[in-house]
Parts: sequence; structure tokens; C-alpha cells
Amino acid sequence: MTRQGAYKESDDMLIDEPKLPQQGQIAALPNEFNPSYLKIYYSKLFPHADLYRWMSYGNDGKHPACDSSYLGRREFSYTLDNDIFVRYNTFNSATELENSIKDKCPLKIDIGPIYNLNPAHRNAYAGDNVLTPVERELIFDIDMSDYDDVRYCCSGADVCLNCWPLMTVAVKVIDTSLRDDFGFRHILWVYSGRRGVHCWVCDRKARRLSNEQRAAVADYFRVYKGNENNYKKVSLMGQVLHPFLARSYTEVLKEYFETKLLTSQNLLSSEERYEKILEMIPDQSIASELRGKWQESRRSSSAKEDINIVRWEQLKQLLQKHKAQGVRRCVEEIVFTYTYPRLDMEVSKHMNHLLKAPFCVHPKTGRVCVPINPNNCEEFDPTTVPTLIQLLEELNREGLRSDVEGEWNKTSLANAIKLFRSSFLQPLLKICKEEMESSYNAKLQQSKNLLSW
Amino acid sequence: MQVVRSHQSHRSFSSSSGSVSASPTLPLYRSAPELEVRLEDFESFAIDRLRVLKGISDGLSRGKKPDEMEKLVNELWKTNMRHQDSSQVLNKDIISHFVLRLVYCRTEELRKWFLSMESALFRHRFRNQTAEAQRAIMEEFDLPCKAVSNAEFESLKEKLGQVARSIGHNLSLSTTDAIYYKVPFEEVPELVTGRKVFINQGYAYVAMNQVVSLVATIFRSLLSKALILTNRKWATSIREQEQHRLTPIVEALCSSYLGPDFSQPKEYGEISLKDIDQVAKSSFPLCMRHLFEKLREDHHLKHAGRMQLGLFLKGVGLNVDDSLAFWREEFSKKVGLEKFEKEYAYNIRHNYGKEGKKTDYTPYSCQKIILSTPGVGDHHGCPYRHFGEENLRAALSRMGVNSRAMEDVMGKVRNRDYQLACTLTFEALHAAPCDAGINHPNQYFSDSQRLLKAKKDSST
Repeated sequence: MTRQGAYKESDDMLIDEPKLPQQGQIAALPNEFNPSYLKIYYSKLFPHADLYRWMSYGNDGKHPACDSSYLGRREFSYTLDNDIFVRYNTFNSATELENSIKDKCPLKIDIGPIYNLNPAHRNAYAGDNVLTPVERELIFDIDMSDYDDVRYCCSGADVCLNCWPLMTVAVKVIDTSLRDDFGFRHILWVYSGRRGVHCWVCDRKARRLSNEQRAAVADYFRVYKGNENNYKKVSLMGQVLHPFLARSYTEVLKEYFETKLLTSQNLLSSEERYEKILEMIPDQSIASELRGKWQESRRSSSAKEDINIVRWEQLKQLLQKHKAQGVRRCVEEIVFTYTYPRLDMEVSKHMNHLLKAPFCVHPKTGRVCVPINPNNCEEFDPTTVPTLIQLLEELNREGLRSDVEGEWNKTSLANAIKLFRSSFLQPLLKICKEEMESSYNAKLQQSKNLLSW
Repeated sequence: MQVVRSHQSHRSFSSSSGSVSASPTLPLYRSAPELEVRLEDFESFAIDRLRVLKGISDGLSRGKKPDEMEKLVNELWKTNMRHQDSSQVLNKDIISHFVLRLVYCRTEELRKWFLSMESALFRHRFRNQTAEAQRAIMEEFDLPCKAVSNAEFESLKEKLGQVARSIGHNLSLSTTDAIYYKVPFEEVPELVTGRKVFINQGYAYVAMNQVVSLVATIFRSLLSKALILTNRKWATSIREQEQHRLTPIVEALCSSYLGPDFSQPKEYGEISLKDIDQVAKSSFPLCMRHLFEKLREDHHLKHAGRMQLGLFLKGVGLNVDDSLAFWREEFSKKVGLEKFEKEYAYNIRHNYGKEGKKTDYTPYSCQKIILSTPGVGDHHGCPYRHFGEENLRAALSRMGVNSRAMEDVMGKVRNRDYQLACTLTFEALHAAPCDAGINHPNQYFSDSQRLLKAKKDSST
């Protein structure tokens, strides 16, 4: 995608062909998603080569131990215009992958599992269930709409800086556990483009987990068991919390609840809102006492202190010195209810679940699905994620300057791609090569041993 | 396994391949042993093991707590699985297991029962193995567990304690509780799932009691698969081939009643006719009480009912003359004296071995009674099974069962534990425990009489 050489008339034409809205027009059509914009995106910005290198996991044909069938057994699915959904697309090389995407211009690209055989040949074999997934990243999907019962700033598809910290909490809690508890190292977090985050765990061990094992990991993370009929959606039993939950609470949940969400969501400021929390207290007399206190003083006594914080302190005071553990535990249960990550179990449990590829453009928001760095996820701002139109504009402005890296390096996409490479792709490929090397050498040694008698 | 006649020389190998590789005292029954077995041993070993399994079954149905079960299993094993030649103990263990596989592979219900009991037995025996034997077994089962070193345990003690307390296991300072195994987390999804283990850097730290569960689960699933295969082999070839030798033994084994058969009551004439009504009220189990009452009411009983009640009465101590007098008294009211002598008396004498081939019939056990199928006009069978709920409640309350015991009994009935229901009835009416459980109507009777006699003696 490098544009070397002299500027030609035709180059200019190519960029200008579909009319980009002028500056003034953007305000009128904020996120107009035009398929022809997508064509430019795939032609100049989408990181095809990086996707190829990731999906190959080192099987790029440059080492004798490479599995040449590996990439071809991976499923990609396309969502095309007019809601056409095409499954079982496979590719055998980087060029095939790139050309296909540029040609078909899918609105969305999903990545599926690696099967036992090339899915394109699935009909050549007789019998049912001939195609079985053999490898698949361990994936997680966290969606803000699952938190609608605990956020008041937005609902449904919307996301703002007041509720986004819930996603930050999710990334911190899950990422820490995946690394420290489960020992995984190659983890990619991606903004889903609108209201959530995806997680791809790409260690070899993770890719080979069975459905049952994936379900176990997802279940290990599960705390919230809510439904409409149960007002108490988090139940933390046992004399003490499991070390994973205890750590999550002390390192992340408590802080985010008390310093951010309590105030940004005004969780205790109005009767409707504090009732939801009082409902969770098993001791009626305490709940009534608090209710009484709060109904009287509608404003905090000191103008400086936020009313939510004042009330939370009062609540903690009463609950924490209660003799019944169930009542004392209620404080943690409230915090967990309002902050603890809520995963979509089904996504993680099945090897054949499709998940959107990073760097796709979300059709409803126009935002690019960029990686999130878990080490500073608190700084991630979904409202400043580059949009398709913004990128094309940037291209336009920088259009004539050539860049050895690629067109993307002239745009806001540069940071995203660099982050993808440095924090995820390069370490992953390094390990893949090392593993390939060592298993190859082991096999060589084995055959040498067999021959040496 | 090779089954030989007793007159053939009894050769046996001191260890059997495939089954003993892991632990010297706890076989894993992975493959049928290469042993020769005498025909009598084939049956008697199996019966001994069956006593153990039935004992476990009984203990579990009664809701015995784990430490009680532990004691029970040890006792049952010690009592029944001995062998005068100590080198044969292990062989008896293995042979009896494989024989019972043949017996219990044949239906889904039998398989389920056998699977549950053998798994419970295995679980208990595994616990009592040495650490080395346990590790060997885990290796055999492809459970890559490594024992956690003391140093590592010390550094993780607090966290491990937290996990234990979070799932309600109080980590005491006993030596067994300090034993932990380290295993890659993906090997133990069932423990990861409920946050039942501490996980660190990809390893799950599994407590001893959790290890037992894991091993037992694997044992169970291996046995389950093996039973299906055994069933197939049985149905397609073994049953046919062995129809004159092993098959009748195998088919009889699962319905065998293992207690005393009451065919020879200690003293005939213990019960006299004039006492019989009173004794029926105080010491007959419900099945016999019902038959007795119906006989008094209708002055008639159909054949199966006559057999069930008649043999019971024989076991109770009614001699042949008193028995004839008893039946005559009732039947003659309906069919007349002459018809009684002509059509019924012969059969009664037959039951006592006084006619025909002179077999002395044995009174029916609960198992046999429960399996019978009373039809219209019949009153035999087991009321706990064959009565509708309302009728059963009415009958029990007529017997004098209070409302609380009634609910317990009905609970057992709903669970199809008919003998337990009868046992609870016994306990409620006699205000005394019946630990062994009711397995035979005559046992109910003699236990009852014993208790009543003891009460009478202590009060006078």
C-alpha cells in the first residue's frame, strides 16, 4: 500500500472519486457510513499484512516446521451489503486474504476457529460432524448494555465517559487474572467499536482448550447472576472471599466504586436509586434506618461533600459493624453488583463462536475497532477513537506525502497499529517461532536417536 | 478369566496384569485379569462383594454421614472380603468385581446402581491408600498432579486457607488437610468452574479431598464405559456360550437375598392360633397384616396371597397342623369344609414339604415380594410399592404410625425405597431403631417380637 514514485493525475482521481463530505457537512451527517468509504479504508488503511501474520501464528512457510495448511483451515466470515452473511471463507496466503477483503469490501469481518480440515472442502467428505474446530483463541466479550441496570447516564447502545469506567474495571480485573492466575501472556484487548470490549487470549495453550475448559474459565470469572426476577444479583457466600475476588475488590472494584461510579452515576442521590441499593440489605431495620436518614436530609450537610459519598459512608458504618456476616458482606455485594465485570458466557464457551476482527469499522458509529492497552486502559477514551470519515479526511490532507510504513501511518490509525504490533503481535510471533524451533529440534533429536543404534 | 471346575487344579497367578500396576492394594480393574477361578469361588466371591455393595447402598440411603460411611465400608470390607489364604485377597477383590460386572451390566438400572456403589467403595478405599499409592493411581488415570512441596505450601498457606474457607471447608491443621497437589488448571475444569481452587500461574492447587473426587470421577467414567462394553459382549456371546454354566449363576446373583431364609424357624409352635390376631396387630409387617386382615374379612385369598402369607406364617413358627386349622377356619366360611379339604389343604401341606417332591419352601424375602405384580383381586405384594398414596396412608395410620413418621415414610416411598419405608414404619411403631433395615417379613416379625419381649421383661 505504499505509494512510491511521482504523483500522478490518476492517483488524485482515486482518492477523490467518492465525494468526501466537506468540513461543514460532517456536522450534518455525523457518522455516515458509506460503503465506498470502506473501499478506501480496505485499500489503504486496513492492516492486512498484520492480520495475516497474526493468523498464521508463525506458519509463514519460512521454516521447515511450518504447517502450510494452517491458515487455510481458519474460517473468516463476511457480512456484506444487504445483510448477506457468508461463512467459511478461507485463504492460503497473505495476498489471497488481502485481495479478498479489498474485493468483497465486507461491512464486518468475523474470525472463526481453525478446523481439522479446510472448511472449503467440507462438503467433499461424507457424514455429519466431519468439520470440527481444533484451535481457537480464548475469547471474551463484554458489552455495556449488560450493565443497564446499574448505570443511569446512558442506556442501550450509548456509551459515555461516565459509564466507560465499567469497561476499564472489566479490563483490569480480567486481564490481571488471565495473566497472574491462568499464566497467559498473549492477550489482545480490542474496542468493539460501540459499547464494549473484546478479549483475545492467543497463547498456544489457550487456543487448544476444549469447550468444557473454556466454560470453566468463563465460569471462574462469573459472579453476577442477575435476571428480572431476582433483586439480589450478586451473592457472595463463604466465610471469606476467594483470593481472586478479594484481590479484584481491593485492587480495583472498591476504588472505582467509591471514587468514580458512586458520584458519576449518582447511585444514592435520589430515592429511586438508593432504594435499589437498600433492597439488597438483608437487615430490614438497617435499611429503614438509612431510608429514614436519607429522606430527611435531601442535601448533604456540608456543601463540599458529594451526597453519594456521604450516604455511602453512612451505609458502610451501619453494615460493617453488624454481627451477622451476611450483613457485613452486603457492602462487597453492592460494590460487586455495580462494578464487577459481566461477561457474555456463550461467546467464551464454544470454540466455533465467531468474533469480529480487530480494525473493522463499526457500521453504526463509524469507529474503528482499535486495540486497548490493558496497562493504561484507564486512559482509553471511546469518544476519541478514530472514525472512518476522520481517517479519510486525514488521508486527504496528508494525501501527497508518501510514507514508507504505509498510508495508515499518516493518520490517527498509526498509534493503534503500532500498539497492536509492539504489545501483542511481535511478542506473540517471537514465541511462536521459538516453540516451532524447539519442537522441530526435539523431533530431529528423536529421529537421530532412533537411527543412532 | 478362566473358570474351572473344582476338581481341576487351582492355579492362580500372584498378580494380574493390567489391574494392579498402580497400587498394591487397590486394583483399578482396567482389564479382565488372567486368572483361573473355581466355579464355586466364582459365585461365592461375588456374593461376598455383593454384601459389601448392598451394605454401602443401605448406608447411603439412610443418609449416613461421611465418617459413619467410612467406618461402615471398612467393616464391610474386612468382614466379607477376607480369604484364608492372604495371597488370594487381591484376587478375590478383582475376580468378584469382574463377576459382578457381568451381573450388573445387563440393564440401565442395574448399571447405575453398580456404578454408584463401586464408585463409593473406590472413593473410600482410595482415601485410605498411602500417598505414594495415590500418586501412582493418579498417574495411571492421567492426572498430572504433583505434590506441593512444604516450602511452597508455606508460602501459599494463607491463600489456600482462604479458598478452603470460601467454599466451606475448614482447613484444620490435620496432616491430611495440609496435603495439596498442583495440576495445570485445564485438567480440573470442574474445580475451576466454582472457584473451588486457588489458581496461580496456570496451576490449580487441589486439596486432598478434591483429589479424591477427581479420581473417583475418572474411575466412574471408565467403569461406565466398560459396563457398556461388557453388556454388549454378554448379550452377543457370553450369555449363549455359558448358558449351562455361568449364565444361571449370573442371572440369579442380582436378585439374591443375602440374609437368613427363615425356612427353619427355631421353634415350631412358638405362635399359637389363639394369639395370632394379637400378634398380627403388633408384629406383622404391613404386607402380611394386609393379607391377614383381608383373609379375616373375605374368608378367601387368591393363590399368590396364600403363598405369601402362608409361607410367612410357617417362618413365624406356625406348624402344619395349626396352619391347616387356621386356613380351614377362614376358608370354610366361604367355600365350605369339603371344598377346603379337597382344593386347599393339599397345597398347605405342600408348602410344609409334606407332599409331592417334599421341598420345604422358604418364606419370601422383601425383594421377591416387591417384584411381584398383584392384579385385580390380589392382596399380595408390597403395599409400599403397590398401594396408592391414599390407601397407604390410611393403612399406616390404622397401624398407628404418627403423622411425622408418616411423612418420612411417604418420602421414602416416593423415592422407591420400599424397604426403607417399611423400616421407618417399624421404627415408628416400636420406638426403636432398626439399624440393619428390613429385608424380610420374618425378620420384621422376629425383631418385633424380640423388642416386645424385652419391653415386657424389663417392665415386670
